[in-house]
Amino acid sequence: MKKMTINGMVVQVEDHWTILEACRFYGMDIPTLCYRDGLSPGGICRLCVVEIGKGERTKLVTSCNYPVEDGLVVRTHTKRVIRARKMLVELLLARCPSSKTLQDLAAKMGVQRVRFKVKDEKCILCGLCVRMCEEQMGAKAIGFAGRGKERRVTPPFDIKSDVCRNCGACMYICPVCQLRCQGPEPPSVVCGACLNVEPVCLQDNDDVMCYLDTCGWCYKMKKR
Amino acid sequence: MNRRKIKSPSDLEKLRQEILAKRDPKKPRIAICAGTGCLALGARKVITTFKEELKKRGLENEVEIRETGCPGFCEKGTIVVIYPEGIYYLQVQPGDVPEIVEKTLVEKKHVERLLYTDPTTNEKAIHEDEIPFYKHQMRLLIGNNIKVDPKNIDDYIALGGYRALAKALPEMTPEEVIEEVKRANLRGRGGGGFPAGRKWETTRNAPGEPKYVIVNCDEGDPGAFMNRALMEGNPHSVIEGLIIGAYAIGSHEGFIYVRDEYPLAVENTGIALEQAREYGLLGRDIMGSGFDFDVKIFRGAGAFISGESSALMSSLEGKVGAPKPKYVHTSIKGLWNKPSNLNNVETWANIPLIINKGARWFTSIGTEGSKGTKIFALVGKVNNTGLVEVPFGITLREIIYNIGGGIPNNKKFKAVQTGGPSGGCIPERFIDTAVDFDELTKLGSMMGSGGMIVMDEDTCMVDVARYFIDFLVDESCGRCVPCREGLERMSEILNDICEGRGKEGDIELLEELSEVMKDTSMCGLGRTAPNPVLTTIHYFRDEYDAHIKEKKCPAHVCKALIEYYIDAEKCTGCLACLKACPEGAIAGEKERVHVINREKCSKCGICYDTCKFGAVIIS
Repeated sequence: MKKMTINGMVVQVEDHWTILEACRFYGMDIPTLCYRDGLSPGGICRLCVVEIGKGERTKLVTSCNYPVEDGLVVRTHTKRVIRARKMLVELLLARCPSSKTLQDLAAKMGVQRVRFKVKDEKCILCGLCVRMCEEQMGAKAIGFAGRGKERRVTPPFDIKSDVCRNCGACMYICPVCQLRCQGPEPPSVVCGACLNVEPVCLQDNDDVMCYLDTCGWCYKMKKR
Repeated sequence: MNRRKIKSPSDLEKLRQEILAKRDPKKPRIAICAGTGCLALGARKVITTFKEELKKRGLENEVEIRETGCPGFCEKGTIVVIYPEGIYYLQVQPGDVPEIVEKTLVEKKHVERLLYTDPTTNEKAIHEDEIPFYKHQMRLLIGNNIKVDPKNIDDYIALGGYRALAKALPEMTPEEVIEEVKRANLRGRGGGGFPAGRKWETTRNAPGEPKYVIVNCDEGDPGAFMNRALMEGNPHSVIEGLIIGAYAIGSHEGFIYVRDEYPLAVENTGIALEQAREYGLLGRDIMGSGFDFDVKIFRGAGAFISGESSALMSSLEGKVGAPKPKYVHTSIKGLWNKPSNLNNVETWANIPLIINKGARWFTSIGTEGSKGTKIFALVGKVNNTGLVEVPFGITLREIIYNIGGGIPNNKKFKAVQTGGPSGGCIPERFIDTAVDFDELTKLGSMMGSGGMIVMDEDTCMVDVARYFIDFLVDESCGRCVPCREGLERMSEILNDICEGRGKEGDIELLEELSEVMKDTSMCGLGRTAPNPVLTTIHYFRDEYDAHIKEKKCPAHVCKALIEYYIDAEKCTGCLACLKACPEGAIAGEKERVHVINREKCSKCGICYDTCKFGAVIIS
């Protein structure tokens, strides 16, 4: 067992855990997109960033693949973290506005505008399908090809893979193919925010103050 | 060639004496730069012409020709140095060869027109230490390039090469070697500036066998070529450093990662390794010390990102060269999850110096936090481009004006980009800054691998930021969201600004995006990528404002924001611009005022350059 601090609370954690696993165990809500139980962490979407360290020397790390260590000080909701997460969702939403998963994330985080030119890509390159195919289905029928903006998910050499069993796991796990959101129309892009629960505590503190899921209760109370 | 194995340090000294005894120091020797830069300028032809000319005169046994590494003054290639006098001939063409042979080798006179001429005083300089470009440098690493043939290990041994190895192996324990490097405070020359000694110690103490040592010669910065010059010009200095490092770390296997775009470096390093093996300087029981070590060359496919440590190791493993999350350092879990120590070419080349002359001597050079010398690739709008090796603490002004010879055509200096595409632009008001790792970081730039791109008043800073970001968009591996999406959006916004579609709020958005990219990107590429944008916004915000608010490009670079027209009062009707215009956009008759048709004009600027009367004006 190791001892670490999460949002000011000293907790005991299992040696092999990541920060994300520790936070989830203690009920802290950290948004994720490219992370799934049962698959190796990708560290691609960067939404699960948390701030670690004390005083001046803090940095953001992805909690999904950062191993816990003794004396680690983690803060899951700071201004720096929230700013980063919002920008990342904004970037993803501009790429792929028709994903309900992304729209929900945007709504939950209070992303109310997209300042970039809107594209209509079909894929956010989170790599869930690639890891699903390799790690759970044992097929390795798809992978990444290309570099930078040329990067894409495809079977080797862009030809139909002979190890693909058409099992559909890649489609099942995709956060974009499934649940197409019919809502947004460019240029507004954001579908109207079904839900907005930015923790209002941030206006006064640089930490989230309640240790439950960000329920938005205080936000609604203040609005009233 | 059959080479005798060196079995002890005294064997090495004996061999050195034998090599020196065979050589007559008074025998004339022609050293010709056969580095990539000079070869591109036709050095191969110069070399063959020299050989033919000597043969014709029956001098082939009297005079030795040596194809050497790059001495750095690439602006003035092909460089030919005649020893023993050390006469420097610059910009030598094959046609000059008979004259050099006739005058210098036979009559012992100088060929005046091929000597360095000071552009202001017209004074000639004959020797290396008289040429201002060399005079102000401190050439500890690159200075030997012109003296050795990289394809012949004897040249390096004759200069005292492998002496540091002969000192380290029998006399010092691995811990003592690490202690010496730590005391020398040698910081990594590849960009990060991490203390090499500490990295070595971490790798040495990390659990797991085998341990690997790796040379990083995946130099991808536009305009930087110091690693190439060392690797192809004096590979043994790097190999010697690597063997010493391997001994200190306890590694028996090393790799030299060279990008395949450097074919000459690959070739020369391969020959160097082969010759070192023949002498027993690599392989089993090196110099009778019982220490085994060997090196393989790995040719990289040339991705910029492969210079990043974890990406380089992925590439070495045969995978795609993409970075891995580094919450456990590569010095603990690197290549094939084993402790791996990666250092830049230049860092390795410093090791023999430190072992030979001691940490005390090394720390006497440089500043408080940065010791030793650094090779910079001085390029851009500067008179003398080339490789410049200077001690840390020298000011930018000294590099650009004393060594670089100032800005061409009497233009004004505007900024200098240090650290390659991920570095930052340092404006004129900081020109007296002392150059070292910490000072450059304070200004928002970085040392990087030592690229130094000088810009004059005709450079648009928004365009510069756009250029570097466009480069990085292509070079990002595309794995994590902030780097892939962020760079693409940044490029989109900057291109919009340059093409007159900038809008209020763009600067703030760029700044916010930059901060998030710095915070959340997976590897160093994404974390440093916003530097050119942040520094240009910080130091040249007025230029951004002019582009966005007034739709003007103050430096007249961004084509969408400028118009060419002809001043009717100055135009003499000479037809020069009319004939030069590739679009046929200029109308006019002889001795009548010419007019530019804006619809046809492609804004190439040829008319502006052609007009002798200054009648073509940019607005």
